[in-house]
Amino acid sequence: MVPLSHYLALSAILFVLGGAGFIIRRNMISVVMCIELMLNGVNLAFIAFSRFRGNLDGQLFVFFVIVVAAAEAAVGLAIIIAVQRNRDTLDLEDVDSMKL
Amino acid sequence: MTVLFYICAALAILAALNVIRQRTPVYSALSLIVVLCALALVYLLLGAEFMAVIQVIVYAGAIMVLFVFVIMLLNAGKETSRQRSRLARWLGVPLVTAFLAEILIAVWSQFPPVAASPPPPPDGSPAAIGTLLFRSYVLPFEVTSILILVAVLGAVVLAKKEF
Repeated sequence: MVPLSHYLALSAILFVLGGAGFIIRRNMISVVMCIELMLNGVNLAFIAFSRFRGNLDGQLFVFFVIVVAAAEAAVGLAIIIAVQRNRDTLDLEDVDSMKL
Repeated sequence: MTVLFYICAALAILAALNVIRQRTPVYSALSLIVVLCALALVYLLLGAEFMAVIQVIVYAGAIMVLFVFVIMLLNAGKETSRQRSRLARWLGVPLVTAFLAEILIAVWSQFPPVAASPPPPPDGSPAAIGTLLFRSYVLPFEVTSILILVAVLGAVVLAKKEF
């Protein structure tokens, strides 16, 4: 039996990789995909806890996280399409009108 | 089973590294699908069959198709490399490593990796999940439907032609 901490370690690694990608990538679509990666890291932690506590609630949380991720992806990609249409770029460094 | 977990974990980590390494979004998306499928296998090993199926159908199916669709629609090519600050390179990797080490230390101190026998696995079948969902989590379920409605409206309004 794999101990709980190994599942949590995998979850942490995925979360940190997603966070790193969120910062280093400049393509907007890649950034949204990195957010999905982070969400998946958290989902794994939920399911591992659900298994090791013998409690089903963690899996329901994953269910809701997946629903929210789908909504987030739909809105995020719509925003990306709007930005592309108005500014003709996908590069985050060209979208800086709110920067000081 | 133990070996399968480590294979899936290695696959997920390698694919996740590829997601953040690739400059072309399509390659990132394909690597992300590999991560999602590897995680679905891990969910199966954890006894969460329904979640594994949802992961493949909704995540690797619907959401990633949406991503690939938008990548194709916008013709997203390679990121152009440009001058970046040196500070980011020299500070970024140690900071990320430190953050990961911090989480791992917290996990290790809280849940030491001993082979303790866990309680019996919860019943992850659709029937059990549906019962719990419609008994204890009815309100979040209904709120989720409003969330999806708002998201659909928002997506339509945002992606409209004249905006």
